[in-house]
Amino acid sequence: MKVITANFVTCAVKECKTSPTSFPLHFHDAELEMQELDFQPEFIRNVIPRIDWEGLRVTANELGFPSLPESKPEGEALGDEQTLKDLHRLLLETQVMEGKLICGNCGHEYVIKEGIANFLLPSHLV
Amino acid sequence: MSHAEEYEQQNVHEVYQQIAQHFSATRYKPWPIVEQYLQNLTPGSIGLDVGCGNGKNLLVNRNVFIIASDRSENLARIALQHQPHSAVVADILHLPHRDGYFDFAMCIAVVHHLSTPERRVQAIAEILRTVKRGSDTQPGGTVLVYAWALEQKNSRRGWDKGDQQDIMVPWVRKNPTAPEESQTFNRYYHLFEEGELERDIESAGGHVVTSGYEKDNWWAIATPKVKVSP
Repeated sequence: MKVITANFVTCAVKECKTSPTSFPLHFHDAELEMQELDFQPEFIRNVIPRIDWEGLRVTANELGFPSLPESKPEGEALGDEQTLKDLHRLLLETQVMEGKLICGNCGHEYVIKEGIANFLLPSHLV
Repeated sequence: MSHAEEYEQQNVHEVYQQIAQHFSATRYKPWPIVEQYLQNLTPGSIGLDVGCGNGKNLLVNRNVFIIASDRSENLARIALQHQPHSAVVADILHLPHRDGYFDFAMCIAVVHHLSTPERRVQAIAEILRTVKRGSDTQPGGTVLVYAWALEQKNSRRGWDKGDQQDIMVPWVRKNPTAPEESQTFNRYYHLFEEGELERDIESAGGHVVTSGYEKDNWWAIATPKVKVSP
């Protein structure tokens, strides 16, 4: 699972959606792997405005990456190739292969196995 | 588990797990309306492909980012390979996505696998929930839904108006070297009659922007209904 994916998922439990603590889900025991991908600066530049920056900061921190700047790169900063390369590496090339994603509201744990996260709920949570 | 859930587990989910590889090898070209819908998106748009199957619709546009999901882990794993997108395992009735967040969502040939009218409407409502709500100043996100049509008398199946809508459709997995070992899997389908998809979308709180018929399927593009301010 790419790191960027964590920015666009939350708890599958309906009641958690309205709770601010359900986003982002929290990584535990994450095993990372780098998978090289073509660097497309235009893609990163277009996607950044749609990223929940606060959420990404939490995720990056949990995965042990150096702190991201407090505010999202905008305008001129998006012209800086190094900034875009760093984000490309974090968002698209960093894969969580094994681990868990835990909801901060209900505590449910979603398992990531061989690079794929499973959001199916057990019947008592449906 | 409710009866409907159990039924779908047995007659849809388990079948796709079994036929994933073979199914995927026969699904490689997006349908024209789907292709056009995806190509018209603004670069940088973020969207969902609910019930992505092998991910054939992830090949169309590499300038948007799609979080694809499927109930079958075997299919979601095949979909994973299509960059720059992403794939997870999820249930259409309980999507792991925030409210009103996405620019677009598509659900191609999926809602016809839900076995009651309530569950089909609930599935469409769940997808509508994830896309941006429009306002007076800004258009909302859109949802593209496809479902198999009852009216397809020119197809090899030959069904038409008046026929049974809830049916089992065989999937034959041939073994070319040992024909006697070919296996048949039956999948449940609800065939949509003309106008039914639009009615379901309205019941789910959606507004149909445009709709039509393509390749034996009914399709519609919808947005969440805008609440009229007093």
